[in-house]
Amino acid sequence: MSLARISTDQVFKSLADPTRLALLERLLRDGEQSVVALTARASVSQPAVSKHLAVLKRAGLVRARRDGRETRYRAHPQGLAPVIDWMQRYAAFWGERFDRLEDLLRRMDP
Amino acid sequence: MTTTDTATRSVVIERQLPHAPAKVWRALTEGPLLTDWLMANDFRPEVGHRFTFRAPPVPSWNGIVECEVLAVEPPSRLAYTWGSLGLQSVVTFTLTATATGTQLRMEQSGFPAQGGDSYFKGAQYGWQGFLTGLERVLGGLA
Repeated sequence: MSLARISTDQVFKSLADPTRLALLERLLRDGEQSVVALTARASVSQPAVSKHLAVLKRAGLVRARRDGRETRYRAHPQGLAPVIDWMQRYAAFWGERFDRLEDLLRRMDP
Repeated sequence: MTTTDTATRSVVIERQLPHAPAKVWRALTEGPLLTDWLMANDFRPEVGHRFTFRAPPVPSWNGIVECEVLAVEPPSRLAYTWGSLGLQSVVTFTLTATATGTQLRMEQSGFPAQGGDSYFKGAQYGWQGFLTGLERVLGGLA
């Protein structure tokens, strides 16, 4: 079983924070936005929002572009591929282990 | 049945087993039996017990899973955290008696953000919130 690459680890860690999840969810739902707009509806300060966005960016989950004096962020859904991959690998892992469980149950006393 | 559930984006396996729930429960909670079908372990069915699953390492995986027991409700529900390679998830087994034996369901869901009792709330909130958005974009990923 090969469960993860480094990028998978990074993606999961970046998603483990509720604030970052909420930011990514908003970008997925509402499209590209400035840090100012994202901060207006977040429960944390603008520097904190920027820091969270930087983590998401390093994990490949968002993309940034300069627009005058603002930085605008958009979701990069392809970055979620490791999550899908993780689920598919574990589905295969558990399927195989459950076959072994059924075999064990047949060998056990009633 | 094995799925990556499209509603919750967790890994779900369901099997109809021609064995009584008490027997299936033993296979899930007795260390030597658990070793037989899952992995070598020092599991004990006690909430709060920390234990490890160990498999032979392979190049991309050290073979170690760090766990903590979250729920023990014989013979119907068992849950523990599942941490491997820095990825934290929660594994929950649900056993339901049927006319012919047991329906066994395993669900593994990811992204718990906090420890202890808040695991479930954290996982549910974060995961669900995230999935709301994820559902919209999955079509483009397949």
